[in-house]
Amino acid sequence: MLPIEQFPVLVVAISLLSAITILLAGGISKKSGFFISLATITFQFILSLFILRHVLTVGTIHYWLGGWRPPWGIEYVVDVLNAYVLIIVLFLSLLAAIYSKRSVEQEIEARKLPTFYTLFQLLVTGLAGVVVTGDMFNLYVFLEIASLAGYALIAAAGGRALRASYNYLILGALGICFYLLAIGFLYSVTGTLNMADLRVLLPALYANKAVQTAFVFAFIGLGIKCAIFPLHTWQPDAYTYAPSAISVIISTAMAKASIYALIRVIFSVFTVDFIILFAPIFKIICWMAAIAMIFGSILAIAQFDLKRMLAYSSIANVGYIMLGVGLSTSTTFGLTPALMHLLNHALMKGCLFMAACAFIYKAGLWDIRGFVGLGRKMPYTCFAFLLAALSMIGLPPSVGFVTKLYLILAALEAGEYIFVAVIFFSTLLMIVYFWHVVELMYIRVEEGGEKEIRVAEAPMSMVIPGLVLAVLCFIVGIIWLIGTPLPMMEAINSGFGLGVVVP
Amino acid sequence: MSAEKKYGRDVVIETIARLMIPFIQLYGLYVMMGTEGAGGGFQGGTIIAASFVLYVTAFGITSGRKKFPESWNAAFKCLGVYLYAGIGLLCIIFSLGVAEYLNYAAVPLSNIIGQADTRALMIADVVEIGIGMTVMAAFVSLFFDLAWKEESVKEEEGGAEE
Amino acid sequence: MIEWMVQHIFDKYNYWISIVLMLIGFYAMIAKENLLKKLIGLSIFQTAIFLFYVSLSDVGTGWGLRFGTAPIVWEHGIHEGYMYVNPLPHVLMLTGIVVAAATLAVALALVVRLYEEYGTIEEEEIMEMEMDLERGT
Repeated sequence: MLPIEQFPVLVVAISLLSAITILLAGGISKKSGFFISLATITFQFILSLFILRHVLTVGTIHYWLGGWRPPWGIEYVVDVLNAYVLIIVLFLSLLAAIYSKRSVEQEIEARKLPTFYTLFQLLVTGLAGVVVTGDMFNLYVFLEIASLAGYALIAAAGGRALRASYNYLILGALGICFYLLAIGFLYSVTGTLNMADLRVLLPALYANKAVQTAFVFAFIGLGIKCAIFPLHTWQPDAYTYAPSAISVIISTAMAKASIYALIRVIFSVFTVDFIILFAPIFKIICWMAAIAMIFGSILAIAQFDLKRMLAYSSIANVGYIMLGVGLSTSTTFGLTPALMHLLNHALMKGCLFMAACAFIYKAGLWDIRGFVGLGRKMPYTCFAFLLAALSMIGLPPSVGFVTKLYLILAALEAGEYIFVAVIFFSTLLMIVYFWHVVELMYIRVEEGGEKEIRVAEAPMSMVIPGLVLAVLCFIVGIIWLIGTPLPMMEAINSGFGLGVVVP
Repeated sequence: MSAEKKYGRDVVIETIARLMIPFIQLYGLYVMMGTEGAGGGFQGGTIIAASFVLYVTAFGITSGRKKFPESWNAAFKCLGVYLYAGIGLLCIIFSLGVAEYLNYAAVPLSNIIGQADTRALMIADVVEIGIGMTVMAAFVSLFFDLAWKEESVKEEEGGAEE
Repeated sequence: MIEWMVQHIFDKYNYWISIVLMLIGFYAMIAKENLLKKLIGLSIFQTAIFLFYVSLSDVGTGWGLRFGTAPIVWEHGIHEGYMYVNPLPHVLMLTGIVVAAATLAVALALVVRLYEEYGTIEEEEIMEMEMDLERGT
């Protein structure tokens, strides 16, 4: 066995060991947590790059934990989709970790720092585990590790974050329980928990009521975790009141890992055939996504709190991803638009949240009505915000444009012209709310000119991650347009049996 | 502190607790590693943690805290996970990247006592002790955190269990 | 009719109990205003799922007469003439119990913090206080 094939498990195990090392080292130095966490996540990220290279050149990694063969033991499977999502998750965790250095010092008491970083590292462990695992029950365990760490981290901000976290906990636990029930139903008819094994065994049982019930439970349960439209109620509060670095990581890495889990369960365990024949929900997903895109954007316009506005915008963007999922069977693009937006949205929303939290950090500004003249006071942060906002709206070479282009092409090919209109309308609404912020930042001048708020630029460790993401928004957009990663997407689609139109 | 003054101490409860705690802990250890099979770490750890709860009910929470301070707690928690995850990593390291994580057959002991026995020893005893330690420490710290505030507000952390 | 009932209700009574418990827990989670009662509901819901899993592994004939026994291999091999329950769901539920305990611990800690912050654990009152805070600022 090549050492690279050991990497999927190292990503998880080293992270777990590092989490408890932070707790121990906290007894010696309160500040060591940040450095250990940063070093670990950097290491994990490098490992994930090697994993992607190996997967692209050699093939899927199958890793049997403890040497037990798959139907009995736990198997870690890393194919192109896993490797792709793993890189997204770890890259954004890395940036969030860098970002957390200064913001956490302000928000969390010094004596709680080791605990905070322990939980942070456990969150990363859980997310990495969710992405690499190939076992239904193991997915449940890792999802729960990540969620529990997430609840505690959101609550770390105190005050109103407590109730936000409590609501998230109740709904999240409910979702996880539904998913557990779905595993139970699947296990009762097939007697296996391995995803690949389930995929082989299920086709004979598609007509079975237990399998259909399991699909509904799994979809609803994971849907709650991803905050897809009617199940999103926990999301705005949780994103708004969480500590800055946690807002960044849960709105990007955690949301994307949950959506990955949903896609994996829909397309890899229950295959496309099952859904087309027995659970025709793609049409419903499309419509739910369309409502989410408009509903999220309209509510975002109504907000004055910038973080809450971004949270509602996230609901709209999850709608974009779900629209891509919903259209996947009826076009030759398959899952490509959805998977593109997985990366694109993580980049844009990460940058926007970083900027929004930097305003709060430096000036206590959460209300966008107080932003007048901010563009001259915090030039770099505001520039990052501007780039990400433009990208969100869909300025040509940016990632937002690429997503919209592909979604529109997919909708046109599927003949669903109504969704093209929905995309345009939602873009229009996005222009309204982002323009409102940008106008206040750059264009409007306070009467008298003297009352402008006086703030200096945010610290470097908070500006640079934001700027990196903002620039990446455009670079990645150009890379998508050149089409370098498209063969990767083709590989994922063909793995799921997508990309060919079923007549 | 104030709770102890209010309620005082009870000879009957103290004596019975004194008698029972060693047996509860012994039973916990038995559940953890007494039998040959795998499993029992979580249950054994919980039973030992229950003995600490009994100690606190009998002798008061401050003296309970003195017996088992938070720093020990953190150390036990970490040591348990180190045992579990560390031995898994050792399997990779000792076999120079050939064996899988948690593949106990790769632990060098197997040259001496045979592969099957190594696996059995690791699964039934070493790993169970690790799990038991972590669970015990986690439950004790949960109990203290929920039952009592040390001076100021204490942040609680869960999910430390594997 | 009787046969149908025996086949679908009495023979599978553990599943029915599990479903009833699940709905009770679900109701408590959704409808109760008290934060602790919601957690009790969550606990009942999770326990119902554990019961469901353990029922899955059971083997035997109808109610009252169960022949499944623990799957233990002795020195002399297996017990002849017995049926063995499937151990895997039990093991899964051990993990499930750990996760449920951890969830409950985090939730209880949150409730304690909420009580410190607001002095109540009724959701309505907490929401009103939050509204007041909002208006105040």
